[in-house]
Amino acid sequence: MIPHVLNFILFIPLIGAAIVLLARRNNDAVRWTGLLFSLVTFIVSLALYFGYDPENPAMQFVEKVSWIPSLNVSYHIGIDGISMLLVVLTTFLTPIVLLSSWKSIQKQVAAYVALMLVLETAMIGVFVSLDTFLFYVFWELILIPMYFIIGIWGGKDRIYATVKFFIFTMVGSLLMLIAIIWLGYYASTLPGGEFTTDITRLFDIAPTIPLHLQSWMFGAFALSFLIKVPAFPLHTWLPDAHVQAPTGGSVILAGVLLKMGTYGLIRFNIQFFPQASLEYASLLSILGVVGIIYGALVSMVQKDVKKLVAYSSVSHMGFILLGLFGVTVQGMQGGIIQMINHGLSTGALFLIVGMIYDRRHTRMIEEFGGLARQIPVFATFFMIVTLSSIGLPGLNGFVGEFLILIGSFQSEVLGSIWYVVFASTGVVFAAVYMLWMYQRVVFGESRNPENAKLVDLSAREIGLLLPIILFIVWIGVYPSTFLSKSEPTVQRVVEKIEQVQRGEALTKTVSQP
Amino acid sequence: MYQYVGLIVLFPLIGLLINGLLGRKIKNETIVGAIGSGAVGLSFLLTAAIFIDMLGMPADGRSQVVTLFTWIAAGDFTVSAAYQIDQLSVLMTLVVTGVGFLIHIYSIGYMHGDRGFWRFFTYLNLFIFAMLNLVLADNYLLMFLGWEGVGLCSYLLIGFWYDKKFPGVGITWTGDAGNKAFWVNRIGDFAFMIGMFLIFREFGTLTFNEVMGQADGRTVGEGTIFWITLLLFIGATGKSAQIPLFIWLPDAMAGPTPVSALIHAATMVTAGVYMIARNAALYALAPDTMMIVAIVGAVTAIMAASIGLVQNDIKKVLAYSTVSQLGYMFLALGVGAFTAGIFHVMTHAFFKACLFLGSGAVIHAMHEEQDIRYMGGLKRVMPITYWTFLISSFAIAGFPPLAGFFSKDEILWFAWADGSPLLWLLGAGAALMTAFYMFRMVTLTFEGEPRWARDKHPHEAPSSMTIPLIVLAALAVVGGFVGVPAVLGGGNAIHQWLHPVFAQAERIMALPEHHDHATEYLLMAISVAIALTGFWFGRRMFLADPEADKRIAAKTGGLYRLLANKYYVDEVYDATVVRPILKTSDSFLYRVFDVRLIDGFVNGLASTTAWVSSTLRFMQSGVVQNYAALIVLGLVVILGLLIFS
Amino acid sequence: MIPVHYYLILSAVMFITGVVGVLTRRNAIIIFMCIELMLNSVNLTFVAFSSYLGNEAGQMFVFFVMAVAAAEAAVGLAIVLALFRNKQTVNINEVNILKW
Repeated sequence: MIPHVLNFILFIPLIGAAIVLLARRNNDAVRWTGLLFSLVTFIVSLALYFGYDPENPAMQFVEKVSWIPSLNVSYHIGIDGISMLLVVLTTFLTPIVLLSSWKSIQKQVAAYVALMLVLETAMIGVFVSLDTFLFYVFWELILIPMYFIIGIWGGKDRIYATVKFFIFTMVGSLLMLIAIIWLGYYASTLPGGEFTTDITRLFDIAPTIPLHLQSWMFGAFALSFLIKVPAFPLHTWLPDAHVQAPTGGSVILAGVLLKMGTYGLIRFNIQFFPQASLEYASLLSILGVVGIIYGALVSMVQKDVKKLVAYSSVSHMGFILLGLFGVTVQGMQGGIIQMINHGLSTGALFLIVGMIYDRRHTRMIEEFGGLARQIPVFATFFMIVTLSSIGLPGLNGFVGEFLILIGSFQSEVLGSIWYVVFASTGVVFAAVYMLWMYQRVVFGESRNPENAKLVDLSAREIGLLLPIILFIVWIGVYPSTFLSKSEPTVQRVVEKIEQVQRGEALTKTVSQP
Repeated sequence: MYQYVGLIVLFPLIGLLINGLLGRKIKNETIVGAIGSGAVGLSFLLTAAIFIDMLGMPADGRSQVVTLFTWIAAGDFTVSAAYQIDQLSVLMTLVVTGVGFLIHIYSIGYMHGDRGFWRFFTYLNLFIFAMLNLVLADNYLLMFLGWEGVGLCSYLLIGFWYDKKFPGVGITWTGDAGNKAFWVNRIGDFAFMIGMFLIFREFGTLTFNEVMGQADGRTVGEGTIFWITLLLFIGATGKSAQIPLFIWLPDAMAGPTPVSALIHAATMVTAGVYMIARNAALYALAPDTMMIVAIVGAVTAIMAASIGLVQNDIKKVLAYSTVSQLGYMFLALGVGAFTAGIFHVMTHAFFKACLFLGSGAVIHAMHEEQDIRYMGGLKRVMPITYWTFLISSFAIAGFPPLAGFFSKDEILWFAWADGSPLLWLLGAGAALMTAFYMFRMVTLTFEGEPRWARDKHPHEAPSSMTIPLIVLAALAVVGGFVGVPAVLGGGNAIHQWLHPVFAQAERIMALPEHHDHATEYLLMAISVAIALTGFWFGRRMFLADPEADKRIAAKTGGLYRLLANKYYVDEVYDATVVRPILKTSDSFLYRVFDVRLIDGFVNGLASTTAWVSSTLRFMQSGVVQNYAALIVLGLVVILGLLIFS
Repeated sequence: MIPVHYYLILSAVMFITGVVGVLTRRNAIIIFMCIELMLNSVNLTFVAFSSYLGNEAGQMFVFFVMAVAAAEAAVGLAIVLALFRNKQTVNINEVNILKW
């Protein structure tokens, strides 16, 4: 096994970004360098998948170097079963995104590729940080490349969208910063305690905070993450950002950035504050269920394909929220696999929308029609991804949704079947908005003569989608490959909450070696 | 042999992969067709081998489960890809692969020259794959995979000619009809899923055997079981086109005719019947649900049959006939006659597939004309089609000793004996209508003088199409002999074959034995009389006057319009469900709530900030004297405070 | 001997005169002279306290202030001169190109 493999994964993209900027005059060299570095990162990150030992309850691949001694802040990274999958998802999607922008990004290519690579480092950083301060740094670092990606390469209203995106996230993260400082300060008030930002230590300290304080911190973290998810009613930045962002930006945004919200909810809200989690589980689940139905209904009436997909994200992410706060092994496992699923299928949907946009420079449903005849390969890929998105059994979406629903149905924390009954209607609506859109875009007759000039997918574009399709089928047929990695971690998280629910003393999280 | 069950499912999968990935390259129709049909044929042969194997086993040792791999597992929830082979699933598999194989063969001729030839066979193989998962699954979730999978194929195949228009309520393209089918099915699937959640909460497992094993310890009439069974039944009403979710099936006729035969008549739509039969023990515990099933079935049977009376599209007549026949099957299940229901599934698969394929041959010959008012006299030009069509029509109308007679009569007998005379009356009424509309259709299509345009030259279908017709017609003749009731001196082989599967349910229901042979003979006689009456009127009326419909319409006015417009069910759903949801979503949720309220709040916050800033900006006048004045003012205030406080 | 508060009152009157002049006049030269007036009122205070408290440090400061005022006068008048050359006015209301 490669020593310090996590450091490599974290910084290879950053080095790539530096090299890309040095070679910025030759666009092709820049593209190839970016792709190469992101591919290397992906290959190296496979070591995480194969090297991760699910039975070991400690954080793995840990690196720890003191950073700001006066505040006890250290560069402390490591992964568990949950973050491992998300890191691999990130490294998997980044090369695809770079490849997808091969033709569509023509201005300031070097800046684009470099920002993407910086973004990759920041995203991985968020998932591997074991220090709240470090986490916050990466969390905020994401905003900068994303701000420019939307702001420079975006559509007509890109400035409005990118500022909206920036401010929404910023508002939430400031509250999170307060909570982070407060947590560290709380640790210092304990007998013999000192200011700390170490997540593994906070796992033991934070749950002992009295409920009324916990609730405030829980709220501060939750607000920040719910904005990112985005949960109803904090979602309105998402459609704008997606519609304006370039294809690559949308894929990353939907594929990874949204997952940071749900990841944060598990890592901080649920693991730090089990008591408050129990207290507010119903509230968050209701937000999830409302999001599912609301997102679906609103997406049904969209005229812009990209906006439709954006609202469908609100619906899909609602499922994850419901799964996490049902606090059952099935629900949480479903939530985690659904994060991956949503990354894959919505990522692919944005890629597909991007492909058609590159050709026709419009995304309006009414402009298309009859594409199945004109570009059948495109139509086929579009169909498979659509089916994945509506949760057809045998494809990935179903596994996630089903586990979430069956988990939350049994949930004692929620204590009512109605959450799931309402959430399940989302499955019906998903079929309605996706297939209706598909019908109007791909079937029937062309409504614009321009469509006759369309050419079918190139080898590059097929190459982009094939790996995603592979995983869409793989997760649908044999999800154990992924579920088994996160299951023990999830078991422990759920176990901890159940202990709190039963009023028992908490067992110590196994501390670092 | 059992261990090879995976192969039964695998063959169509291989077929679909080959055709799906390479079909565009292969181009040669014979090869594509051979791969598609061959895959299903192999499955059929393997199933037949397993069936023969089973015959040599003791009756209670025939049920086995073959586990392939763990599909989904999380916590205490585990579901495997596992297949259950027992008398019921083998019977269904035989029907699916057997009829499926014939229809594949037929499609080679029917789809000849179609641009999407290879695509068609890919979808058909996918359908067989999904349907086999459905019938062979040993747990609810894998069954659900097949369940949704066949729904997908139905969707894909209804919209197969995606750039063809198809009229209907809220429907413009064939794809819209496909959507309608998928959506309505999803509503049923929603209920199915909730049912599964309840089952898992109640029994802690989703495996059929384990759930049924626990069913014995339950009391009859338990609330949870009622809800489970009811929810599953709602799922079945979606897939099997029963009230209130039957509306999609007539529009499903937008697909190519072999699809209508395979999916929308012989196999997929009977999935609901199969599912309830599979859960017979649970349903036995919920008499209230059984009652609902029986009533829904009977009402659907007569309602759909009445609509079928006045349809002019040859496929629409058959579609409503299918809905009606499915109603019979549910009626059988509802009164506890599970065997009779499955028996009818089988016989119906034979004669209805034959009818649909026959109609396909007719449509083909008439150059895509589907309106029976513009046909007539076809029996001279396509005799094979005519005779097979006629035989199947006699079968569906219930003429002894054809297949339909035995199965339908058994259902009616149990409806009388274990249900109520009222249910029997509904069933018998539907039977009368069935005989009438079938022979109205036969007469208008094949008899009398030709009413088609001169430039059409109908001809008999090629042998790839006629051979399946002949085989199916033969099955429609002999298929019933496996279920000859005891009163007619038969051994009722199918009943004995399936008995171990339904033994538990029958034990729980504890229905009385019937020895009232006199009544049974009487009802049988009435059935035959009914069939003859329908036949007589249907034939007489339309042979004499092919436009008899107009006279009837004039005479019955409103009633005729009500039937011709299918009781306005589509319109009612459109006005009460579809439009309100769309309207609320668009003009309230999106335009008002999302854009005005939430975004309005956000943007309002932003513009408030901007406004405050721009107001405060005026303090930065740039005039140094103003700044100085403010400094002095501040100084005075501070000094004043220091001095006076 | 004249009591120290007489000097202070005189100084205050001079200072306020200067302040009011700075705030109200529009002629750059007059504003400049008012500033000088304020500086000199402070000088007067320094000298008065110096003699009253018998501490020479106050008088030292006065020299500093005068030196600074002289330098300021040189720079300030130069600016006013440059301004007049460019704008043909020393009215500060007409010099507003830095204003929003």
